[in-house]
Amino acid sequence: MTAPRPAADIARDVRSGSRRAVDVVDGYLAAIADREAEVHAFNLVLAEGARERADDIDRRVAAGEDPGALAGVPVAVKDNLCTRGVPTTCSSRILEGWCPPYDATVVERLAAAGAVVVGKTNMDEFAMGSSTETSATGPTRNPWDLDRVPGGSSGGSAAAVAAGFAPLALGSDTGGSIRQPAALCGVVGLKPTYGTVSRYGLVAFASSLDQVGPFATTVADAAVLFDVIGGHDPADSTSLHRPTPRVTSVLDQGIDGMTVGVVREFLDGADADVSARIAAAAQALAAAGARVEEISVPSMRLALSAYYLIAPAEASSNLARYDGVRYGLRVDAPDTVAMNTATRSAGFGAEVKRRIMLGTYALSAGYFDAYYGQALRVRTRILEGFAEAYRRCDVLLGPTTPTTAFRLGAKVDDPLAMYLSDVCTIPTNLAGHPAVSVPFGTGDDGLPVGAQLLGPALEEGTLLRAAAVLEAAAPDDGRAPVPAARVGSGAGGAR
Amino acid sequence: MSTDWDVIIGLEVHCELKTATKLFCGCRNAFGDEPNTNVCPVCAGLPGSLPVLNRRAVELAMAIGTALHCDIRPSTFHRKNYFYPDQPKDYQISQYDEPLNADGWLELPDGTRVGIERAHMEEDTGKTTHAGTSGRIHGADYSLVDYNRAGVPLVEIVSRPDMRSAAQARAYAAELRAVLVATGASDGKMEEGSMRVDANVSVRRTADDPLGTRCEIKNLNSLRSLVRAVEYEVERQIALIEAGGTVDQQTRHWDEGTGRTETLRSKEEANDYRYFLEPDLVPLVPDPEWIAAVAETLGPLPAERRSRLAGVLSEGGDGPTEAQLDQILTVVDLGLDQLVVEAAAAGVGAPLALARTANQAATDPEAARRLDPESYVALLALEQDGSLTATQVKEVLAELLAAGGGDPAAIARAKGYEALSEDSLADTVAGVVADHAAEWERYRGGEDKLAQFFIGQVMKATRGQANGKAVVAELQRLRG
Repeated sequence: MTAPRPAADIARDVRSGSRRAVDVVDGYLAAIADREAEVHAFNLVLAEGARERADDIDRRVAAGEDPGALAGVPVAVKDNLCTRGVPTTCSSRILEGWCPPYDATVVERLAAAGAVVVGKTNMDEFAMGSSTETSATGPTRNPWDLDRVPGGSSGGSAAAVAAGFAPLALGSDTGGSIRQPAALCGVVGLKPTYGTVSRYGLVAFASSLDQVGPFATTVADAAVLFDVIGGHDPADSTSLHRPTPRVTSVLDQGIDGMTVGVVREFLDGADADVSARIAAAAQALAAAGARVEEISVPSMRLALSAYYLIAPAEASSNLARYDGVRYGLRVDAPDTVAMNTATRSAGFGAEVKRRIMLGTYALSAGYFDAYYGQALRVRTRILEGFAEAYRRCDVLLGPTTPTTAFRLGAKVDDPLAMYLSDVCTIPTNLAGHPAVSVPFGTGDDGLPVGAQLLGPALEEGTLLRAAAVLEAAAPDDGRAPVPAARVGSGAGGAR
Repeated sequence: MSTDWDVIIGLEVHCELKTATKLFCGCRNAFGDEPNTNVCPVCAGLPGSLPVLNRRAVELAMAIGTALHCDIRPSTFHRKNYFYPDQPKDYQISQYDEPLNADGWLELPDGTRVGIERAHMEEDTGKTTHAGTSGRIHGADYSLVDYNRAGVPLVEIVSRPDMRSAAQARAYAAELRAVLVATGASDGKMEEGSMRVDANVSVRRTADDPLGTRCEIKNLNSLRSLVRAVEYEVERQIALIEAGGTVDQQTRHWDEGTGRTETLRSKEEANDYRYFLEPDLVPLVPDPEWIAAVAETLGPLPAERRSRLAGVLSEGGDGPTEAQLDQILTVVDLGLDQLVVEAAAAGVGAPLALARTANQAATDPEAARRLDPESYVALLALEQDGSLTATQVKEVLAELLAAGGGDPAAIARAKGYEALSEDSLADTVAGVVADHAAEWERYRGGEDKLAQFFIGQVMKATRGQANGKAVVAELQRLRG
């Protein structure tokens, strides 16, 4: 059986001339016009620019050129990726109206592959959040149930793909910001190995953890997008010296003989219906020829605490530059320091301020070793824990999130509860490893459950092979795009 | 200065590296361009931009480390966090606890060895101009920032507190500058800010006492400021202690106008820089082959070049005089010693070559460094053989410097100096002697002071173009 790949099919048809890119783009723009008002997946829809671009691609096809692997494929881009001349706000007031004079490397690579950027997607402010509710432009709603959050921070990208606004999207994942919303929206989300996708032009949250990655409705499409955006970039010093990945070609190799470890610590805090789905996913992998065993990786329990020191510490430094001097918001005041303070007070939201303060404190003289230093030592322990697990297993399995999508407002005033929704995704970022979330049915509430597969560094191919097996075995009820009947009710038809 | 106190001085010297581009981006590294023209997303600190380390800057930093006898080690970059408008990212990327170069030394011309704690890499900030009466950020009407300098590569060289006087601090700074210039790493121009010196000063009653509390003095824009500021600060601290007070650890600002240091900030007001490892860069681990290749590109350093010149001076006679030692220092400091070496090798007397280089070529060292050595040697040869006078040499040299070289004989002829060949001088002297027979008889009789009379007459006849020494030589020859 060949895996479904709607985005790749569009590219194939556009390249062969059997479909016009303009028609493809118009179709998606119509879907956006239809439902964007209630979903709010985008900070900015680039309807005109997308049509012009599609037109250009059609002309090139007509002239006998090949626009590339994503010819005419609409892609939604998270609003923390720089787009030349197009506002890039990170859903923050402090960057309101700022237009970067350059494209992020991944945006350049999209263009070089013939993709069409249809808009900049909503997100938690500066990617800090797990529900897209910290956005200065208002929350994105989950297309499955408009009273529920789409997850975050790349909630706009996940919702855009889930709602059928674009077949592909780019997000960024610092502690789960691709995988968690992918799980809650019933789409595929891949967090690649740190260093395989360039961070140049990704507005930094926590530089040692941030990684750009794809959203798609299917594993095969996610693989195509990963192949397009990955590979060495001399503009990013942490980019690995490695050629463009080629995971697309290995997807159908199966998992016969692979060892899969089901991580006990990830199941501990999960809801029973979510755990049941993961057990079913494990059975599906076993049925496809994998050896499945339960495994304990105790250091995973330490990850959340370490993350909430390391990420805010880096963020407190990365976000210092928003001082009102050079770009973005400026609130005038009698002197420079007062202007800095007034600008940052008005420009940043509560969650961003909370993390800047946490991080500043963690790095302060006298506290550095007890907090930041200790967190770095824990990070090493987590790497060691994974290394030991991967001596026995090829991939690890668990839920992406402990619960299905929660209600808007449910956790927004309780930061700790919000932070806990990333408990299964954070360890991967601390290790720099890849992980993917694949839809695997629904919970008791009828909302999607994501199965998370984790692998050692640079094993995206292995991960996606296993993901393809899960995708083929998954029940149909948790898959996006969301059937039209389930959206637009405004009251969440899926309950 | 009170000489019975023990004075402890350590210097922190920032030098800008002479790379074509900045430390982390491809922007031009140039002084004096239109403000904000050498700026890109990286050095402007735009969201999403990332630094990429300049390989050439690392090589120049390693050249400095090699010249200062440092260990060149695997190193890392940190972020030094503080808010300031001229700092685009509101943090500076700097090496912190793992510097590229550590544990070296610099030998001063008097033989003193000053320890080098470290010589690490970092990026420069932009430049702020505060409009208004104060010239400082407080009370300014408005401020302008030029980011051309933001991201320019710097090496900060931190000495150990091994200097014991202002003069020694000056000698260290001067020697360090000569080394930086010799390695090609920096142009060492204090007036353009490409070399900036901060001094840490403390005093104690005797060398057996524990070290006193130090103050750091900033804004030292010349070697002269360094000496004045250190002398002032030593006096201030001694007076404070002798009056029963204590020295507070402070950063102080040298005011060139008033000749005083003033409090800039106290220890309590010091920033907490919250250093942490820069996650956008990877560790810098130069392999031994690379370090060796950089060392091989280094020419002889100032100390070696001074002893070579002293050797040239010593050939055929006594060692250099005090005055000549000063000339050697100047000539090496300005990078003009090769001119002296080549002239001496071509047969020009070393003392003459040294004196002309230190006194005349040194008036325009930049042009002199570009000067074709052959034309310079040819010019000195003309003075040596009496064809040109010292005054004429000066005139011809000015033209050679302006043109970067040329034929000194042709320039002399064009200036009408050609009548001064040995033959024509002999003719002129013979004519003067014939015209003043009475004086000649007295001179022949042993009245040597009349030589001055004859020189004057010859000068008159040649409109000042004759060489006094050559005239005397001819008179003596005629006298027999």
